[in-house]
Amino acid sequence: MNKTISGILAAGLVLACVPWLGLPAFYESFLYLICHWVILAMSWNILSGYSGYFSFGHGVFFGVGMYTTGALAGKLDWPFLATLPLAALIPALLGVLLGAVVFRVKAVRGELFALLTLAVTFVVATIIINTPIDGGPGVYLMAVEVPKLGPSPGSSLYLLALLVMVATALIAYTLQKSKLGVGLYAIHDDEDVAEVMGVPTYGYKLLAFAVSSALAGLAGGIHALFVQYVTVGETFNITVPLTVVLMSCLGGSRHWAGPAVGAVFITCLLYYFTAGNNPVLGKAAVGVVLIAVILFMPNGVMGYFLKRRANQAAERSRALEAAGQVHASLPVVVSTPAPRPAPGSTEVLLETRGLSKAFKGVQALSEVSLTVHKGEILGLLGPNGSGKSTFINVVSGHYAATGGSYMFEGRELAGLPAHQVAQSGIARTYQIPRPFAQMTVIENVIMAAMFGSAAMNRPQATEEAMKCLEFTGLKHKAESLPDDLNLHQRKFLELARALASRPRLVLLDEVLSGMTPSEINEAIELIRRIRDQGSTIVFVEHVMRAVMALADRVAVLNHGKLLAVGSVQEVMSNPEVVSAYLGKAHA
Amino acid sequence: MTLPSLNLLMQSILSGIFIGSLYGLIGLGLGLTWGLLRQINLSHFGLVFLGAYLSYHMATVAHIDPLWGLLILPPFFFVFGAGMQWVLARFAITPFNSLLATFGVTVVIESLIQSIWTADYRRLESDYNDMKFKVGSLFVPIPELITLVLAVGIAVAIWAAMRYTDLGKALRAMAEDAPIAAAFGINQKALSLGLAGMCSALAAIAGVCLALTFTLAPSQIFTWVGVVFAAVMLGGLGSPLGPLFAGILIGVSEAVTMAVASPSWAPIVSFSLLIFMLLLRPGKS
Repeated sequence: MNKTISGILAAGLVLACVPWLGLPAFYESFLYLICHWVILAMSWNILSGYSGYFSFGHGVFFGVGMYTTGALAGKLDWPFLATLPLAALIPALLGVLLGAVVFRVKAVRGELFALLTLAVTFVVATIIINTPIDGGPGVYLMAVEVPKLGPSPGSSLYLLALLVMVATALIAYTLQKSKLGVGLYAIHDDEDVAEVMGVPTYGYKLLAFAVSSALAGLAGGIHALFVQYVTVGETFNITVPLTVVLMSCLGGSRHWAGPAVGAVFITCLLYYFTAGNNPVLGKAAVGVVLIAVILFMPNGVMGYFLKRRANQAAERSRALEAAGQVHASLPVVVSTPAPRPAPGSTEVLLETRGLSKAFKGVQALSEVSLTVHKGEILGLLGPNGSGKSTFINVVSGHYAATGGSYMFEGRELAGLPAHQVAQSGIARTYQIPRPFAQMTVIENVIMAAMFGSAAMNRPQATEEAMKCLEFTGLKHKAESLPDDLNLHQRKFLELARALASRPRLVLLDEVLSGMTPSEINEAIELIRRIRDQGSTIVFVEHVMRAVMALADRVAVLNHGKLLAVGSVQEVMSNPEVVSAYLGKAHA
Repeated sequence: MTLPSLNLLMQSILSGIFIGSLYGLIGLGLGLTWGLLRQINLSHFGLVFLGAYLSYHMATVAHIDPLWGLLILPPFFFVFGAGMQWVLARFAITPFNSLLATFGVTVVIESLIQSIWTADYRRLESDYNDMKFKVGSLFVPIPELITLVLAVGIAVAIWAAMRYTDLGKALRAMAEDAPIAAAFGINQKALSLGLAGMCSALAAIAGVCLALTFTLAPSQIFTWVGVVFAAVMLGGLGSPLGPLFAGILIGVSEAVTMAVASPSWAPIVSFSLLIFMLLLRPGKS
């Protein structure tokens, strides 16, 4: 079994022995509170920390769980344990419902998502206080029997919370290491790119929201019995979400265990001051700690360690470079080239028919009908603003076409979300590289191999990623963060990511712009090799030398319309193309 | 649900306008720092309450007319706000982290208030409390009227300053694109400090109005967050007049909900408005 998982289980077993040690009851409630906050902080982190959608509405899921148990056990006399599944399920459904609406609106990110979820908290609170669920006076659970797990009711509640905490830790850890976790981290760094690389972003966010809400609801259900008296004012206030955010940020929200570290620290701090009869000072201390952490350690305690590790890796790669152990030129290709279809193959890979894209009034792409043959390199030319990048954005699914259709390997792709386009075998690069900034170089590539058309598992993807990094000459940078790369290395990282997904069609958007002549030579060589591996390439380029060297055929766009297709010589002598570039001659 | 009499409804709408102007006044400073400096300054609420407690203290302990607070407090708050901006700018804080850090400041202010004035409810007793006059069958209380006049006056003054003065144009250019504005000779640092200071001074003024019209308790700080955020979002970030209009709209709809349904339903109005605003707003932030 995995070392971390056995560690979590062992810690759980040790903590489970506490009630039989004969400690004063005060320790049980203290330990209960720690478990309580650890569950809340870790569950919050599953959506907010991993995917970057910071929710200020965690209190609503906690509160709905609390009221589910409160109303069912306190008012309808259900046995306590029978209420818990619903205390998890109802908040999960609420989370999915909320997410289904909110995640469709692209603008609601960052602080706006935080505000919206906070607002939902108060709306739900108002509904609960005005309906028979509460009705105003609050719900009493004094008469509800505590299930007997330990020697006393207090210890039973502690054991129950401990059980849920261990489960939460296991879920948080496994999720982070799973494909879902990798996808959520990609969403965190750049959601659009994640989608284009094959991450089903909408579904992943919903799933994370559901898991996160369910665990918070479960914590609420148990807490209802712990406090025995549930009121709207005490439940749906800003304290729960803010404390949880604080704990996670303090501990580090990029690590599954970060929130737990923060939760233990803050709970102890608060308890220390409350026990010292100075709760006001405790509150102020929490405020000061929060300010200090945000200013000096914006990534939290665990984030600080993660960063240090990345820095050390960067040091090592710099040392390697300095020692001259890294080839300046491209290394030898190790992978065996796939048989290349004979030049002039007419097997159609991609066919667009009347493909159009309009932005409000601007017709960026108008009725483009183009075929791309298997195994060829097609250059896409045209003046600035002629629709080349739009073509790539539409074919990769980033923009939905406003008209026309396109078939890839005989399958209609128009209208599919970008991640399905990626999974069907189309990869792209960005003109301005958009790596996932907080993932290391190799993680960036692994991610592409896992989510692209290759759909590899993690070990396979790691192997493939290493090959791709070797192929693009970035192997020595594998453990660095993208910030440590220069422009040309970042462009090659884009290529490595596109390659790792084993695409049948690669769309390259101005890979060569901003490169020096010798870097361009390297890149041309690299693009040739990508084709020799069996990929078909469509590339947008302004560097004519590269177009001449690479393109089997070229297509010219102007004002969104396709002007001409054919061999370089044919197209360049086409009078319409000449006038598009040089203007019409005055007669 | 019972239909209230016309007179009661009119009185509700009037009180909605009054409370809405306070939402707008608090939201003015918040929205300006948010829109122009990209900082979500939660401590604005803490400062408003600090201002309110200080004017309470001046009136009940030192027996100074609370309206003097409008002149005495803002300079001190200006210095505090500018100082805080200096620190936040030094650490190049992201909008989201500014929310967290200023929440920390708010918690410290709340603790400070609680340790000086306790957690009990405090009410500023002054001659203004019972002053009101009658227009037709409607009562117009003086403290509320002062709030409305200040809110409208300040919002219009800031709107005019941002539109017609060079300083205002510089501010707007800076909000649009700070590096480019700096390249055209705008002293971004000084402007930011000044703006943050001014917004904090506005918090002091809003605080005096709050003390004149409301009962104070430290725990109340966060109850204002939601509704004022709603006013700011609805009115537009960085807009001087928007929060006032939106605040009054929210205030009136709350007051009518209270009169028609029950007071406990009132929060749903502002928060539903906020949710719909966030969901339906066009793409730009």
